[in-house]
Amino acid sequence: MHHRVPRAGDPGDPGAMNFAGINERDADRVHEMMRSEAEAGGYRFNPDREFTGNLIKGLLRNEQRYGYRSCPCRLATGKKEEDLDIVCPCDYRDADVAEYGACYCALYVSDAIARGTEKQAAPVPERRPPRSKRLAGAVVNTVSTGPLSGQTLSFPVWRCKVCGYLCARENPPDICPICKAKKDRFERFI
Amino acid sequence: MTVEHVNGKNKGSIMLYALSTCGWCAKTKELLRQMGVAFDFVYVDLMEGQDQDDIMQIVEKWNPSGSFPILVINNSKCIIGFREQEIRETLGP
Repeated sequence: MHHRVPRAGDPGDPGAMNFAGINERDADRVHEMMRSEAEAGGYRFNPDREFTGNLIKGLLRNEQRYGYRSCPCRLATGKKEEDLDIVCPCDYRDADVAEYGACYCALYVSDAIARGTEKQAAPVPERRPPRSKRLAGAVVNTVSTGPLSGQTLSFPVWRCKVCGYLCARENPPDICPICKAKKDRFERFI
Repeated sequence: MTVEHVNGKNKGSIMLYALSTCGWCAKTKELLRQMGVAFDFVYVDLMEGQDQDDIMQIVEKWNPSGSFPILVINNSKCIIGFREQEIRETLGP
Protein backbone atom coordinates (compact mmCIF):
# COMPACT_ATOMS: atom_id res chain seq x y z
CA MET A 1 0.00 0.00 0.00
CA HIS A 2 1.27 3.42 -0.95
CA HIS A 3 1.29 5.98 1.84
CA ARG A 4 1.57 9.68 1.38
CA VAL A 5 0.78 12.89 3.22
CA PRO A 6 -2.90 13.67 2.62
CA ARG A 7 -3.60 16.61 0.34
CA ALA A 8 -6.27 19.27 0.54
CA GLY A 9 -9.51 18.15 -1.02
CA ASP A 10 -8.80 14.42 -0.99
CA PRO A 11 -12.21 12.86 -1.46
CA GLY A 12 -13.36 10.81 1.46
CA ASP A 13 -10.25 11.52 3.47
CA PRO A 14 -11.25 12.98 6.84
CA GLY A 15 -7.59 13.25 7.75
CA ALA A 16 -6.53 15.47 4.86
CA MET A 17 -5.02 18.81 5.78
CA ASN A 18 -7.47 21.44 4.67
CA PHE A 19 -5.97 24.25 2.64
CA ALA A 20 -9.08 25.24 0.76
CA GLY A 21 -8.71 28.72 -0.67
CA ILE A 22 -4.92 28.57 -0.81
CA ASN A 23 -3.65 28.85 -4.37
CA GLU A 24 -0.78 26.44 -5.18
CA ARG A 25 1.05 29.04 -7.24
CA ASP A 26 0.83 31.68 -4.47
CA ALA A 27 2.09 29.10 -2.00
CA ASP A 28 5.04 28.22 -4.26
CA ARG A 29 5.90 31.89 -4.71
CA VAL A 30 5.83 32.60 -0.96
CA HIS A 31 7.78 29.39 -0.36
CA GLU A 32 10.56 30.47 -2.72
CA MET A 33 10.65 34.03 -1.36
CA MET A 34 10.84 32.91 2.28
CA ARG A 35 13.47 30.32 1.48
CA SER A 36 15.74 32.75 -0.37
CA GLU A 37 15.32 35.42 2.33
CA ALA A 38 16.18 32.84 4.98
CA GLU A 39 19.28 31.66 3.14
CA ALA A 40 20.41 35.27 2.59
CA GLY A 41 20.32 35.76 6.37
CA GLY A 42 22.22 32.55 7.09
CA TYR A 43 19.12 30.49 8.01
CA ARG A 44 18.27 27.14 6.42
CA PHE A 45 14.94 25.69 5.31
CA ASN A 46 14.06 22.06 6.00
CA PRO A 47 15.12 20.11 2.87
CA ASP A 48 11.83 18.11 2.88
CA ARG A 49 10.02 20.23 0.31
CA GLU A 50 6.64 18.53 0.61
CA PHE A 51 6.72 19.07 4.37
CA THR A 52 7.74 22.74 4.10
CA GLY A 53 5.18 23.25 1.31
CA ASN A 54 2.42 22.23 3.73
CA LEU A 55 3.82 24.53 6.44
CA ILE A 56 3.80 27.45 3.99
CA LYS A 57 0.17 26.70 3.14
CA GLY A 58 -0.53 26.64 6.88
CA LEU A 59 1.08 30.07 7.22
CA LEU A 60 -1.04 31.41 4.35
CA ARG A 61 -4.16 29.84 5.87
CA ASN A 62 -3.39 31.60 9.14
CA GLU A 63 -2.82 34.89 7.32
CA GLN A 64 -6.21 34.40 5.68
CA ARG A 65 -8.11 33.66 8.89
CA TYR A 66 -6.16 35.68 11.50
CA GLY A 67 -4.51 38.41 9.42
CA TYR A 68 -0.96 37.36 10.26
CA ARG A 69 1.31 34.41 9.50
CA SER A 70 1.37 32.70 12.87
CA CYS A 71 3.07 29.35 13.39
CA PRO A 72 1.02 26.57 11.75
CA CYS A 73 1.87 24.24 14.66
CA ARG A 74 0.56 26.53 17.39
CA LEU A 75 -2.93 27.67 18.27
CA ALA A 76 -3.35 31.38 17.53
CA THR A 77 -5.82 33.60 19.36
CA GLY A 78 -6.67 35.89 16.45
CA LYS A 79 -5.36 38.82 18.51
CA LYS A 80 -2.07 39.87 16.94
CA GLU A 81 -0.66 41.52 20.04
CA GLU A 82 -1.00 38.23 21.95
CA ASP A 83 0.55 36.21 19.12
CA LEU A 84 3.44 38.42 17.98
CA ASP A 85 5.94 35.97 19.46
CA ILE A 86 4.64 33.16 17.21
CA VAL A 87 4.44 35.13 13.97
CA CYS A 88 6.84 33.26 11.66
CA PRO A 89 9.79 33.38 12.13
CA CYS A 90 8.92 33.07 15.81
CA ASP A 91 10.86 34.41 18.80
CA TYR A 92 11.88 30.84 19.67
CA ARG A 93 13.32 29.72 16.32
CA ASP A 94 16.98 30.53 16.87
CA ALA A 95 17.18 28.91 20.29
CA ASP A 96 15.37 25.77 19.07
CA VAL A 97 17.50 25.44 15.94
CA ALA A 98 20.62 25.82 18.09
CA GLU A 99 19.47 23.28 20.69
CA TYR A 100 17.42 20.77 18.68
CA GLY A 101 18.48 21.34 15.07
CA ALA A 102 15.01 22.53 14.07
CA CYS A 103 12.47 25.15 15.02
CA TYR A 104 9.20 24.05 16.63
CA CYS A 105 7.32 23.40 13.37
CA ALA A 106 10.58 22.31 11.63
CA LEU A 107 10.35 24.85 8.78
CA TYR A 108 13.84 26.06 9.74
CA VAL A 109 16.66 23.63 10.51
CA SER A 110 20.34 23.72 11.37
CA ASP A 111 22.94 23.76 8.62
CA ALA A 112 23.93 20.18 9.48
CA ILE A 113 20.37 18.94 9.03
CA ALA A 114 19.89 21.01 5.86
CA ARG A 115 23.01 19.42 4.38
CA GLY A 116 21.90 15.99 5.53
CA THR A 117 25.04 15.32 7.58
CA GLU A 118 22.93 15.01 10.72
CA LYS A 119 19.62 13.29 11.15
CA GLN A 120 16.66 15.22 12.46
CA ALA A 121 16.07 14.61 16.15
CA ALA A 122 12.84 13.99 18.09
CA PRO A 123 10.02 16.56 18.14
CA VAL A 124 11.03 19.93 19.56
CA PRO A 125 9.46 20.61 22.96
CA GLU A 126 7.42 23.81 23.26
CA ARG A 127 9.64 26.68 24.41
CA ARG A 128 6.84 29.25 24.39
CA PRO A 129 5.57 29.87 27.93
CA PRO A 130 2.12 28.33 28.58
CA ARG A 131 -0.94 30.51 28.10
CA SER A 132 -1.40 31.20 31.84
CA LYS A 133 2.18 32.52 32.14
CA ARG A 134 1.93 34.55 28.93
CA LEU A 135 -1.20 36.28 30.17
CA ALA A 136 0.67 37.07 33.39
CA GLY A 137 3.44 38.69 31.31
CA ALA A 138 6.21 36.12 31.83
CA VAL A 139 9.74 37.20 30.98
CA VAL A 140 11.23 34.48 28.80
CA ASN A 141 14.90 35.12 29.36
CA THR A 142 17.09 37.17 31.69
CA VAL A 143 20.85 37.34 32.10
CA SER A 144 22.96 39.40 34.48
CA THR A 145 24.70 42.26 32.69
CA GLY A 146 27.08 43.68 35.27
CA PRO A 147 27.18 47.38 36.07
CA LEU A 148 25.27 49.12 33.31
CA SER A 149 23.17 51.46 35.41
CA GLY A 150 24.12 55.10 35.65
CA GLN A 151 25.55 55.17 32.14
CA THR A 152 24.19 57.53 29.54
CA LEU A 153 23.94 56.61 25.89
CA SER A 154 23.68 58.82 22.84
CA PHE A 155 20.95 56.55 21.47
CA PRO A 156 18.61 53.87 22.81
CA VAL A 157 19.49 50.31 21.81
CA TRP A 158 16.80 48.18 20.13
CA ARG A 159 16.80 44.40 19.95
CA CYS A 160 15.13 42.19 17.36
CA LYS A 161 13.32 39.51 19.37
CA VAL A 162 13.53 37.10 16.44
CA CYS A 163 17.27 37.07 15.72
CA GLY A 164 18.89 39.23 18.41
CA TYR A 165 20.10 41.97 16.04
CA LEU A 166 20.95 45.14 18.00
CA CYS A 167 20.98 48.71 16.72
CA ALA A 168 21.48 52.05 18.41
CA ARG A 169 19.18 54.65 16.85
CA GLU A 170 16.13 56.75 17.72
CA ASN A 171 13.68 54.05 16.64
CA PRO A 172 13.92 50.44 15.48
CA PRO A 173 14.07 49.87 11.70
CA ASP A 174 10.86 49.03 9.80
CA ILE A 175 12.37 45.69 8.78
CA CYS A 176 15.17 43.82 10.55
CA PRO A 177 18.12 43.84 8.11
CA ILE A 178 19.18 40.38 9.29
CA CYS A 179 16.01 38.28 9.56
CA LYS A 180 13.41 40.59 7.93
CA ALA A 181 11.15 40.65 10.99
CA LYS A 182 8.93 43.73 11.14
CA LYS A 183 9.33 46.73 13.44
CA ASP A 184 6.79 45.42 15.97
CA ARG A 185 9.18 42.56 16.82
CA PHE A 186 11.76 44.94 18.30
CA GLU A 187 12.09 45.69 22.01
CA ARG A 188 13.94 48.46 23.80
CA PHE A 189 17.09 46.70 25.01
CA ILE A 190 19.13 49.43 26.71
CA MET B 1 -17.64 20.19 19.18
CA THR B 2 -16.69 18.59 15.85
CA VAL B 3 -15.12 15.25 16.64
CA GLU B 4 -14.43 13.06 13.64
CA HIS B 5 -14.00 9.31 13.77
CA VAL B 6 -11.63 7.14 11.77
CA ASN B 7 -12.53 3.44 11.62
CA GLY B 8 -10.05 0.69 12.42
CA LYS B 9 -8.99 -1.88 15.00
CA ASN B 10 -10.34 -1.17 18.44
CA LYS B 11 -7.44 -0.34 20.76
CA GLY B 12 -9.53 1.45 23.33
CA SER B 13 -10.58 5.05 23.35
CA ILE B 14 -8.05 7.10 21.38
CA MET B 15 -8.47 10.83 21.03
CA LEU B 16 -6.16 13.04 18.98
CA TYR B 17 -6.20 16.79 19.61
CA ALA B 18 -4.65 18.50 16.60
CA LEU B 19 -4.36 21.64 14.50
CA SER B 20 -5.52 21.56 10.88
CA THR B 21 -2.39 23.40 9.67
CA CYS B 22 0.26 21.52 11.64
CA GLY B 23 2.65 19.15 9.85
CA TRP B 24 3.39 17.09 12.96
CA CYS B 25 -0.32 16.68 13.67
CA ALA B 26 -0.77 15.45 10.08
CA LYS B 27 2.09 12.97 10.51
CA THR B 28 0.56 11.67 13.75
CA LYS B 29 -2.83 11.19 12.12
CA GLU B 30 -1.25 9.50 9.10
CA LEU B 31 0.65 7.14 11.40
CA LEU B 32 -2.57 6.11 13.20
CA ARG B 33 -4.25 5.51 9.85
CA GLN B 34 -1.30 3.45 8.62
CA MET B 35 -1.42 1.40 11.82
CA GLY B 36 -5.12 0.85 11.19
CA VAL B 37 -6.34 1.75 14.67
CA ALA B 38 -9.70 3.35 15.30
CA PHE B 39 -9.47 6.87 16.69
CA ASP B 40 -11.29 10.15 17.11
CA PHE B 41 -9.74 13.49 16.30
CA VAL B 42 -10.60 17.12 16.66
CA TYR B 43 -9.06 20.18 15.01
CA VAL B 44 -8.92 22.67 17.85
CA ASP B 45 -8.08 25.62 15.55
CA LEU B 46 -11.33 25.10 13.64
CA MET B 47 -13.42 25.52 16.78
CA GLU B 48 -14.49 28.91 17.98
CA GLY B 49 -15.25 30.85 21.14
CA GLN B 50 -16.45 28.90 24.14
CA ASP B 51 -16.11 25.54 22.36
CA GLN B 52 -12.42 26.19 21.80
CA ASP B 53 -11.91 27.46 25.36
CA ASP B 54 -13.59 24.35 26.75
CA ILE B 55 -11.42 22.02 24.72
CA MET B 56 -8.25 23.95 25.60
CA GLN B 57 -9.07 23.31 29.28
CA ILE B 58 -8.92 19.60 28.49
CA VAL B 59 -5.78 19.95 26.36
CA GLU B 60 -3.95 21.92 29.07
CA LYS B 61 -4.99 19.39 31.70
CA TRP B 62 -3.06 16.74 29.78
CA ASN B 63 -0.34 19.04 28.52
CA PRO B 64 0.15 22.29 30.45
CA SER B 65 2.24 23.83 27.64
CA GLY B 66 -0.85 23.58 25.41
CA SER B 67 1.16 22.26 22.45
CA PHE B 68 -0.10 19.96 19.68
CA PRO B 69 -0.58 17.18 18.75
CA ILE B 70 -1.63 15.32 21.87
CA LEU B 71 -2.89 11.78 21.82
CA VAL B 72 -4.97 10.68 24.81
CA ILE B 73 -5.34 6.93 25.22
CA ASN B 74 -8.13 5.47 27.36
CA ASN B 75 -8.36 8.76 29.21
CA SER B 76 -5.28 7.71 31.18
CA LYS B 77 -2.15 8.08 29.05
CA CYS B 78 -1.07 11.05 26.95
CA ILE B 79 1.58 11.22 24.22
CA ILE B 80 2.69 14.75 23.38
CA GLY B 81 4.06 15.41 19.90
CA PHE B 82 4.74 13.09 16.96
CA ARG B 83 6.60 10.39 18.89
CA GLU B 84 6.41 7.63 16.35
CA GLN B 85 8.15 4.95 18.36
CA GLU B 86 6.14 5.58 21.51
CA ILE B 87 2.88 5.60 19.54
CA ARG B 88 3.80 2.34 17.79
CA GLU B 89 4.79 0.70 21.07
CA THR B 90 1.65 1.85 22.86
CA LEU B 91 -0.84 0.97 20.12
CA GLY B 92 1.17 -1.68 18.29
CA PRO B 93 -0.21 -4.97 16.92
